[in-house]
Amino acid sequence: MTSAAAPPIAQLPLPAAASTVDRLNPWDVHGARIRSIKPETPGIATYELQLENPEVAARFRFQPGQFNMLYLPGIGESAISISSDPDRPETLLHTVRVVGNVTRALARLGIGDQLLIRGPFGSSWPVAECRGCDLVIAGGGVGLAPLRPIIYHVINHRSDYGDVHLLYGSRRPADLLYADEFDAWRKAGVNVAVTVDLGDDAWRGHIGVVPALFSRLKLQPARTRIFTCGPEIMMRFVIFESLARHTALGHIYLTLERNMNCALGFCGHCQLGPAFICKNGPVFSYEQMSPYLDLEDL
Amino acid sequence: MGEASDNSLPVGTWVWIEKTDLQEVIDRLRQRGYRTIGPRVDQAAVVYDDIRSVSQLPVGMVDEQDGGRYRLREDEQAGYFDYVVGPHSLKSFTFAPRETLQQLDRKDGAWQTSDAPEPAEPVAVIGVRSCDLHALAIQDRIFLEGPYVDPAYQARRERLFVVAVNCRRAAATCFCHSMNTGPAVGGGFDLALTELEDRFAVEVGSDRGGEVLSGMACTACTEPEVDAAREVPKALERAMHAREIEPRSPDEPRPRSLDTEGIRELLLGNLTHPRWQEVAERCLSCTNCTLVCPTCFCSSVHEVSDLTGDHVQRERTWSSCFVQEHSWLSSGPVRSSTASRYRQWLTHKLATWIDQFGVSGCVGCGRCITWCPVGIDITEEVAAIRETSP
Repeated sequence: MTSAAAPPIAQLPLPAAASTVDRLNPWDVHGARIRSIKPETPGIATYELQLENPEVAARFRFQPGQFNMLYLPGIGESAISISSDPDRPETLLHTVRVVGNVTRALARLGIGDQLLIRGPFGSSWPVAECRGCDLVIAGGGVGLAPLRPIIYHVINHRSDYGDVHLLYGSRRPADLLYADEFDAWRKAGVNVAVTVDLGDDAWRGHIGVVPALFSRLKLQPARTRIFTCGPEIMMRFVIFESLARHTALGHIYLTLERNMNCALGFCGHCQLGPAFICKNGPVFSYEQMSPYLDLEDL
Repeated sequence: MGEASDNSLPVGTWVWIEKTDLQEVIDRLRQRGYRTIGPRVDQAAVVYDDIRSVSQLPVGMVDEQDGGRYRLREDEQAGYFDYVVGPHSLKSFTFAPRETLQQLDRKDGAWQTSDAPEPAEPVAVIGVRSCDLHALAIQDRIFLEGPYVDPAYQARRERLFVVAVNCRRAAATCFCHSMNTGPAVGGGFDLALTELEDRFAVEVGSDRGGEVLSGMACTACTEPEVDAAREVPKALERAMHAREIEPRSPDEPRPRSLDTEGIRELLLGNLTHPRWQEVAERCLSCTNCTLVCPTCFCSSVHEVSDLTGDHVQRERTWSSCFVQEHSWLSSGPVRSSTASRYRQWLTHKLATWIDQFGVSGCVGCGRCITWCPVGIDITEEVAAIRETSP
């Protein structure tokens, strides 16, 4: 394996302005109550949260792709993408999969229970810069959750964008996230193509991996932007398919994941190469991070 | 802490004080409420500890440092500060090894955050070297100048008084001359001492420093005297550059230096160099290097709860990229091999740190070399990669 040639010093993006995180006291947490819990797929549920302080609730804004730290005192914090509509910040949704102590404890909470929030943090999908473009949103499994705010944004500003395609897949039909919204998205002008690895008796859709759905698209590379989130192997092949269709490296955007402990760029856990995933990411362009994505253990 | 009075010495003033008058400086700091810390011998090393009297200073001691080796010995020629840096730096005074960030209490099912913890007590550290001043400035960039400010670091930083010392001797493991971080003290201090034969030349570096000396019986240095004092660390710097080519006995440790030419591109262009595997065979992943490094800043935030679960403290402790859990994702650590973790530490310290903070993360203090139990030497590792880089 050859080493990547080092790029010029990367101009990594700083996070978008966060409205409820105090720069001088960024550990400050805000109380929030669980307003509803929607079971989505096995092991995954969407929590609707209501910030308790009306002033904080009124101020809260997020950009698509950003995340909150959901905090259960005594157990810890977990970085969870915000999966609701950025134009409707009063409805705050987090789709959570149980993977560790904090998410497991969260899964034991009920409606009306309190947790604490810090955020929003991180870089965002560059939806404003991509106005006038055709978009390909490629998601896998629970990776659709950080992508859904893009879809809501596009639907709210449909005439700002050209062709918009959602390519989405999961292991099995029961694992498809937000399946009850696909028709509404189609009606709103998003081309939704869905695939599974393994069908069931009722499944009449595609079988295969998400990157294979690219073959159905006729893309004009100069005006195409790609947003992807999902298992690493899926993102690699989405990138491969995008590059094979002459999309520019700087027009492919992905989210990266690392151990997130402080979300402030202080603890050092989330570093990948020069980037702090929490503050320079989690959204990056492929061009920014490609020198650091080839080595699994970097 | 201490407003400039009429007697305060202006910034940039140089005065002479008798060596024994260092006691008065300590006393004045204590009168102003500072906890006074200085170099002392403990467990056969020079460490920072509480100090009340100049008699507690390691006068007449020098240190010998090499890879994985530290020895103190007495030397008749040595003065008050002729040892260099020990395992301690300023780091623990501003970036505390254990810090309570928040106190949370649950009442009637709702969590409340308590009042912020007591502000840190003021601390005056005597004997700070140029490398450590540069490290402090680097940590200021990390904790104060980014998108977020760390309130605990900020509180301690504001209450830190620095009495710096211009080195007149370097250990073999020192390479500040390669990193442009010394030996001459540049800025960022309150008072700076240069030890000469029979007295200290003291430079005032801040209003606070000038105030501490106000009213003290001391004569001003003449311009030639200031030049002579400035020359002391400059002469050492020249000697450090010259020592690599000077003949030395095989008993003496090899003097270190680091070629920083193109070092970022060198390291980032060699991420699969076989040297990483080679150093991994020696590295114990013991985290000593990150503990003694004055710029390392990794930490972990965790919960400390009482038995009821209703009273929680969020605590931040020093961590290290050498522990597996540092890069833990749900499927296990990203950096499961020692080689990948050593590579992370070295490439961060010398390469990607520059992307992040605009300067190198290394100040050439040499502590990682001395305190590595197996004597791994970052200057040697970089040289090895440079030599065999494709």
